[in-house]
Amino acid sequence: MTTLTPILTARWGKPDSWRLNTYQADGGYKALAKALTMKPPELVDLIKSSGLRGRGGAGFPTGLKWSFLPAPDGGPRYLVVNADESEPGTCKDVPLMMADPHLLLEGIAITAYAIGCNHAFIYLRGEVVHVYRRLMRAVEEAKEAGLLGSGILGHEFDLTVTVHAGAGAYICGEETALLDSLEGKRGQPRLKPPFPAVEGLYARPTVVNNVETIASVPGILANGTSWFTSMGTEKSAGHGIFSLSGHVTRPGQYEAPFGITLRELLDMAGGIRQGHELKFWTPGGSSTPLLTAEHLDVPLDYESVVGAGSMLGTRALQIFDETTCVVRAVTRWMEFYAHESCGKCTPCREGTSWLSSTLQAIQAGRGRPADLEILADVSGSIIGKAFCPLGDGAPSSLTSSLKYFRSEYEDHVALGACPFDPAASTLTEEVAA
Amino acid sequence: MSYDTATSARLTAEFSEIQARYPSARSALLPMLHLVQSVDGYVSPDGIDLCAESLDLTPAEVSAVASFYTQFRRQPGGTYNLGVCTTALCAIMGGDAIFERLSEYLGLDNGGTTPDGMFTLEKVECNAACDYAPVIMANWEFFDCQTPTSATELVDKLRGGEPVSPTRGPDRLRTFVEVERTLAGFSDGLADQGPSGGAASAAGLEVARQRGWTAPAREGKVS
Repeated sequence: MTTLTPILTARWGKPDSWRLNTYQADGGYKALAKALTMKPPELVDLIKSSGLRGRGGAGFPTGLKWSFLPAPDGGPRYLVVNADESEPGTCKDVPLMMADPHLLLEGIAITAYAIGCNHAFIYLRGEVVHVYRRLMRAVEEAKEAGLLGSGILGHEFDLTVTVHAGAGAYICGEETALLDSLEGKRGQPRLKPPFPAVEGLYARPTVVNNVETIASVPGILANGTSWFTSMGTEKSAGHGIFSLSGHVTRPGQYEAPFGITLRELLDMAGGIRQGHELKFWTPGGSSTPLLTAEHLDVPLDYESVVGAGSMLGTRALQIFDETTCVVRAVTRWMEFYAHESCGKCTPCREGTSWLSSTLQAIQAGRGRPADLEILADVSGSIIGKAFCPLGDGAPSSLTSSLKYFRSEYEDHVALGACPFDPAASTLTEEVAA
Repeated sequence: MSYDTATSARLTAEFSEIQARYPSARSALLPMLHLVQSVDGYVSPDGIDLCAESLDLTPAEVSAVASFYTQFRRQPGGTYNLGVCTTALCAIMGGDAIFERLSEYLGLDNGGTTPDGMFTLEKVECNAACDYAPVIMANWEFFDCQTPTSATELVDKLRGGEPVSPTRGPDRLRTFVEVERTLAGFSDGLADQGPSGGAASAAGLEVARQRGWTAPAREGKVS
C-alpha cells in the first residue's frame, strides 16, 4: 500500500504558513546555507543523481536541463520559474505559492546559485492576485533577512528575484511563449532550436522550471538523494502533488510518491461521490488522453501512464462519474483550446475552432453521422503538426473519448439531442433541484 | 482627451519604477498595462499612447500586446469583475448553472457590464482551483465552491455596500482598479490577510494526520 508523504504540502494550513519565521522555524533556508558551501557543478550533479524530473507536465530530467547551459561567458544567465499554472485540472502550484512561498524562494536561490544566475523571475499567471501578494511579500521578507540580495548568507552570491504577473493566456505556460511574454510581447512560442538553455530570456542562457520542480530542490539538498529516491519508482523518483477534482467525496491535494494509483488516491479521498461510479478521468489535465475505470490500478508514474495510452502530465486528476456527458466535457475542453490558441500555427488555430464548432453541433443535437469522421480527420491534422506541444495536446480528450465512448457520440447524432441531464452532474443539491 | 498633467507625470514615474525591476524596459509592458487599468478601468487609448511613448514603441505595437491577453479590458468595465469558470470541470460541477443564473439576475451576456457600472460578468477559463469547483473569480480573488444562490448573494452584498470576503484572499474584496494596481506590482499590504489555504488544499495532509503517515526520515536517520 502506498502512503501519503507530505513534504511540499507539510506546512499548508498552519497559521501564518507563508511567513518567513514559520518557514525558518521548520528548518527553512538551511538547505540554501548548505548549498552555498558546495560548488555549483556539484549541485547540478546532485539534482541529476536524484532523478528529479520536471513537474510541469513534460517530465524532463531537471539536472540534465540545468547542465545544458553553456559554460559561463561573463554575461547574465537567468532562471525563470513557470508559475503560469493554466492547464485545465491543474491546481497544485497556486496553493503551494499561497501557503508556502518561501519554499519556492529557497529552491530558486539554490537553483540560481547552481546555474550561475543573479536575476531570477517568477512568471505568475495574473489571475490569482492573492498569490501574487504572498510572493511579493515573501521576496521582501527574504531580502530583509539577507536571504536574497547581495552577499547572501555571507557568500559571494547575489540574487534578485522579480515576481511578474502575466495577464491571462494559457499559451504562456509553454516555456518559449512564456519568455516572449516576459519580454513584453505577445506570448507566442518560439521555434526551437535554439533552446532556452542556449538562447532564452533576452537571448541569454536560461533555465525554465515549474514551481513544484524548484520547490522540490531544498528537500533533496536537506535530506539527500537516497531519501528522495526512496520514494517513487526507479524512473519516476520522488514525491509529487496529486490533485483530485470533480466527482470525488473529498477533492483536494494529495502528496504521494510517484507510482500511487487512482484506486489508492480515491480511497484516501473518500471515493467517488456517494451513490455514483467512476466513468472517466484525466491523469494529468485536459491535454492528456482520458482513462476509465479499467485504469484504476495503473501506477501513476511517467512510464506506466504512457503504457496505458495517456500521459502523467501535471497529475491533475479530474474525475467524472456516470452522470457526465463525455461529449459535453470534450466540447468544453475544445472550446478552451479554441479560445486559448495563440494563433501562430494553422493546425491549432483553425483545427481547434473546427473541432469546437463540430462538437458544439453534436452536443446540441445538430450533428450528422459524417461529423465523427470530421472529428477524427481534423484531430489528425493537429496532432504532431502543431507548432508547440500545447497544440499537439489539444485533441487528446477528443481522440481518447472516441476510443472509449464512441457510441455516446453516435447516440447524440441518432437522438438529435444530448441524452444526459446536466443538473444530475452538478455538485450542489440546489442546482439539481 | 488625454491625461491631465499630474496623472501623466505620476504614471510616467511609476512606469519607470516598473521598468527598473527588469534588465530590459520592455519586459515592463504587461505590468504597465495593469497600471493603466488601475487608472482607467481598461486599457484606454491614452494609456496605450503613454506606454508606447515610455517604451519607444508604436501604439499599434502596444495594442497588439494588450489585445493578446484576456485580463486586459478593451472597453470600460464594472467595479466588480465577476468571472465564472466555465471550463469543462467547473462547468459540469455547476459553473454553467451559476453563469446562467447570474446572467439572468444581472441581465448581462458574457462580457457585459451593468448600466450602473457595478458589475462585469464573464466566463473565465480554468483558474487553477479545480478542487474548489465550481469557482467564481471576483476581481481575481477566489470564491470557492459556489452555487447559483451564493453567486446572487454575492451580487446583493456588493450592491448593498456590505463587506465581502473572498474564500482565499484578503479580508475584504477590493475593487477592480485597486486589484489592477496590485497586479502592476505595487503592494497593497494585504499579503498577511486571509488563510493559508482552504480545506481541499489540506485534504491529503488531513488524511496523513489521521492515518499517521509521514514523509520518510532523512538519510542517515533511522526511520
